[in-house]
Amino acid sequence: MKYARLIGVVAAASIPLAFVSAQQVSHTGNVVVASKPFGESFILAEMFAQLLESRGFTVTRRPGMGATEVAFAALRSNAIDVYPEYTGTGLLAILHEPPQSDPSAVFGRVSSEFSSRYGVRWLPPLGFENTYAIAVRRQTAIDYNLHDLTELAGVSQKLSAGLTADFIGRKDGLPGLADAYGLKFKQVRPLAQAVKYSALASGAVDVIDGYSTDGLIARYDLVVLRDDKRFFPPYEAAALVSKRLQRKIPGAVAALTELSGRLDVASMRKLNQRLEVGGEPVERIARSALQSLGIVGGVASETREDTTRQSLGRYMWDSRSALASALWRHVLLVLIAVLTGIVVAVPLGLWLEQWPRAAEPVIRSIGVLQTIPSIALLAFMVPLLGVGVWPALVALWLYSLYPIVRSTYSGVRDADPQAVSAARALGMTSGQVLRYVRMPLAAPAILSGVRTASVIAVGTATLAAFIGAGGLGEPIATGLALADTRMILSGALPAAALALVVDAFLGVIENATTPAPLRHAAMERAREARAHRQ
Amino acid sequence: MIHDQQPIEVALTGLTKAYGELRALDGVSLTVAAGECVAIVGESGSGKTTLLRCINRLVDPDAGIVAINGRDVRDLDVTGLRRSLGYVPQDGGLMPHWRVDRNVGLVPWLTGMSDANARALAALGTVGLDPAIIASRWPHELSGGQRQRVAIARALAGGQSCLLLDEPFGALDAITRSELQGTFKGLHDESSLTAILVTHDLREAMYLGDRIAVMQHGRIEQVATPAELRHAPATPYVRKLLDHATRELQ
Repeated sequence: MKYARLIGVVAAASIPLAFVSAQQVSHTGNVVVASKPFGESFILAEMFAQLLESRGFTVTRRPGMGATEVAFAALRSNAIDVYPEYTGTGLLAILHEPPQSDPSAVFGRVSSEFSSRYGVRWLPPLGFENTYAIAVRRQTAIDYNLHDLTELAGVSQKLSAGLTADFIGRKDGLPGLADAYGLKFKQVRPLAQAVKYSALASGAVDVIDGYSTDGLIARYDLVVLRDDKRFFPPYEAAALVSKRLQRKIPGAVAALTELSGRLDVASMRKLNQRLEVGGEPVERIARSALQSLGIVGGVASETREDTTRQSLGRYMWDSRSALASALWRHVLLVLIAVLTGIVVAVPLGLWLEQWPRAAEPVIRSIGVLQTIPSIALLAFMVPLLGVGVWPALVALWLYSLYPIVRSTYSGVRDADPQAVSAARALGMTSGQVLRYVRMPLAAPAILSGVRTASVIAVGTATLAAFIGAGGLGEPIATGLALADTRMILSGALPAAALALVVDAFLGVIENATTPAPLRHAAMERAREARAHRQ
Repeated sequence: MIHDQQPIEVALTGLTKAYGELRALDGVSLTVAAGECVAIVGESGSGKTTLLRCINRLVDPDAGIVAINGRDVRDLDVTGLRRSLGYVPQDGGLMPHWRVDRNVGLVPWLTGMSDANARALAALGTVGLDPAIIASRWPHELSGGQRQRVAIARALAGGQSCLLLDEPFGALDAITRSELQGTFKGLHDESSLTAILVTHDLREAMYLGDRIAVMQHGRIEQVATPAELRHAPATPYVRKLLDHATRELQ
């Protein structure tokens, strides 16, 4: 029977589920290196990874796995082993303590607190700070004779600022800074990381917040104004290491400390520039950095800016194996979420049909889930389920419920009432009525619900990358972090194509499983409705 | 004849059924002898359909007893009961996703008869349809009259010896209706089929019923043969009903 086959499909789908979850569990001997989604973090993580590999460790890379909360939650739960973090971020964003200005005091504080509270270890800092930097165009600095923030405060009424939303909101961002220096900008516009620099360069804004190691500072010839009152806390970069790694592979921890104190601001800025401006592959930048530090063998390749950037097609072709595996993972996420959605939502819809009074309230409350913005729902999942595949699957599953429950309920409810009543009257049991009459008659409606749910899931799954679940969202998230349109498109285009393919494929299935007479009946109804309107 | 089950007698005693304020059945008693056709006539809301649905337990009465050959239907297995009583609704109630032969073979299939398909084809023959032409059609490819014939065939294919018909010809045009009435009359006359026919059309009841039960407001006003009814209407309502039917004829 059709339904027996369906059960078979579900069972088959749980095999890749087990596979995905097995991938999640990092087995001993394998070091999981992750990063936050921005260029410098990518480079540092890749350097960690290559360093470990050169010392004989096996490494799994999870670049750009998520912002601070996500990455740290993953580290705490030993889902990842190491990622680059900043001491100031640890102090303010994780420990929620007030800022301090002495770098070694901050490092001391975070190392002792992290190790006692979370069992997580800060390795000695890498050697550079990446703190907030307030930057202006060189011409602005000359016009107003600006060198530091105190001087900026004197002319700030004439200037408009373009700042990241994050910076505008944080106590240790604009509000505190404005208090400390008496800054009062003519206008403050929230701008995304990706557009801030070009907005400044084009004169749309006069002041931006950046990071002291941004490669773009050099690229656009900007002037960073000195924080003369030491308002910004020190943000020293360091490797943050999981409890698991310290216990199981202490050798890897020792290897990572080889990088401590080896990178200064100038060299980090240069590396960032190679990535953000030159568009060089992270892997190559990290290798040459390690080579020039003498940490791994070989001769450091010269900085070679790829001014002639590859075309999108070429780029996608070159990264085809990564894209294919992202696509496969995306398909798995959608498949598992929708199939488990079917397993729950179809019986729920059938059950609700028996309890019409409960039906509308229940379906509506499931509908409310649909109104939660995807990224918010994914974020809610993190405290409950951590990061990675599971929270993403649960979120995608929740999204798939509504269309399927709704369509099952109304499909079964509206299934030819005369046929249903005759079937009962002639002695079908309610199970037989359901199996032989209501389900087949409702099948087209249920399938169209499944189709809607699948297309929604393909789209929503791109956001799953923000909580570390991978998939086609990964190049999108990374591309957004690097302001690399090509990379964004390399994830977005296949995702869009996948949505179209899924929609068309399920459309064909829907048509094929709809018995000819039902197609006829649907056409009749449509014709009647048209005639009615005229 | 196709039906091979034992003849069935249906006895209703003191049936009462209320839907909130509405008393659909208010102490109805009626006996239908084996092989008899009783037509139940009344306006919509008179309780006639509720009465019919009490017999195959689509409705359970608040009080009173339905007995089949002397056995209370509540003591019978409900699906077994329904499978032994043929049922024909007004609109045919055919499964739109099944071809005609599967529709007709429904009850034989449910009861696990090995010759379900042969029975279906034979039943089509008894209602005047050519199985060779009709068996593999979809319900939507049939005319209204053919659909009702198929519904009657389906009610007979399991060998049922009792038919419950709920306005079976109500939705047909006049000519088709009279053709089907003829077919049904022939079928009934040649067999020992017990039939309970619900209709709002007194003339149809006169033509098909061995006896007629007139219902109003959940009560039976009169049970009589067509001739008795015509000559001795028991209540003003029955007389009014007769007057209307005669006027329509003229």
